Amino acid sequence: MTDTTRALGREMGRDPAPGPGRLIPRDLSAHPVPYDPDYKTSVPRSPSLPLLSLESTPTEETGPTFGHGDLGALDANLVLNWTRGEAQAIGERILVHGRVLDEMGRGVPHTLVEIWQANAGGRYRHKKDGYLAPLDPNFGGCGRALTDEHGHYAFFTIKPGAYPWPNRGNDWRPAHIHFSVFGHSFGQRLITQMYFEGDPLIDRCPIVATIKDRSQIDRLVAPLDLSHARPLDHLAYKFDIVLRGRRQSFFENRPEGM
Amino acid sequence: MVQTLDTLRETPSQTAGPYVHIGLMPGWAGNPGAFETELGQTPAGDGAKGERIEITGAVHDGTGAVMRDALIESWQADAAGVYPGQDGADPAVSGFGRFAADPDTGLFTLKTIKPGAVTLPDGRVQSPHIALWIVARGINIGLMTRVYFDDADRDGDPVLSRIEQRHRVETLVAKPEGEGHWRFDIRLRGDGETVFLDL
Repeated sequence: MTDTTRALGREMGRDPAPGPGRLIPRDLSAHPVPYDPDYKTSVPRSPSLPLLSLESTPTEETGPTFGHGDLGALDANLVLNWTRGEAQAIGERILVHGRVLDEMGRGVPHTLVEIWQANAGGRYRHKKDGYLAPLDPNFGGCGRALTDEHGHYAFFTIKPGAYPWPNRGNDWRPAHIHFSVFGHSFGQRLITQMYFEGDPLIDRCPIVATIKDRSQIDRLVAPLDLSHARPLDHLAYKFDIVLRGRRQSFFENRPEGM
Repeated sequence: MVQTLDTLRETPSQTAGPYVHIGLMPGWAGNPGAFETELGQTPAGDGAKGERIEITGAVHDGTGAVMRDALIESWQADAAGVYPGQDGADPAVSGFGRFAADPDTGLFTLKTIKPGAVTLPDGRVQSPHIALWIVARGINIGLMTRVYFDDADRDGDPVLSRIEQRHRVETLVAKPEGEGHWRFDIRLRGDGETVFLDL
């Protein structure tokens, strides 16, 4: 049968695409465990059977691309974008900036970074958030940006507040900003959360604690970056993100014999 | 001592949480207009070649309950099996979709075109499929899976052929529900658990 489908593929004029290098297999020890009873929702929402691990294929090695035409002028400025520049959000004004890199340390250029967050009081502008802290009429809480040719990105926003959530009796999320990053292939897709240096709630958070490698938790904590603070205007935090890299193809052997 | 590798470790994932729609689908979250255009609304625009299809389904948790807060992204090739960005790709196909479960019914719908088979560099052929990536509250790292089609030849597919428990292959196969309509349910845990991929 393999020969038939292969022949069929050729007949329809599809030449095999050149291999630009397989994705480096994911090191799952760098990530949270899927099942963690202290984060209660993970119990019914984590697979009980192992993932099927295989080498990447073009399905994972390709991915969507976005351009500046997809973005609005204020998309990366959360202080102003909800009111389209008419009024400013209330809270601690911060610049959040950093680089998107791959595991080889190369900057990932022209890739989409999306963020969302609560307001300064810990309230989300979402129809399902019923926390009693009020909405800020001048704050929406979403932003997006493309990295530049070196992989740099920057957002201007306000520092989000902590908020309570129904998990154990008295659980509070540390202040955090959610990050969604694409990279250049669908297999690099990553969603994570950025925390702020010095927040005492980080060590008490069961979502943070789903990451079992302490040194990996530190990678989510953005340091204060006074070098990028602007006097009499805003503070700054630096947050670098590392995505899966690609292996160089020195030898491409025949397919695995299975 | 040996030399030190200069590779970095991947940034750890964290759950997308209950409010993921604020950032990725603000209209769904109740904030239409937060962005001028939302991304991933149509994997295949007007004029895309191929058969138009709709895939409907739901994401079920380990108790069988339907998840009303799941967000899914899809990535696929065009009707000839060429991915956007590759030579000769159909310019009307972006390949990328983003959709959410309905807050009341938990049903999602992906409207797209049926992708073609994808030829690998070594000559093997992947049966037509759409990659899905599922995130939600309670999911600590996004779950990757694939939708295959009941009416396609799948015997030589290099991913399906590696599923040891053969009856689990069926968890990746969408079933026809009338002209151009397909049903695909995702079960995160327990009976009929969907095969999730690490590629």
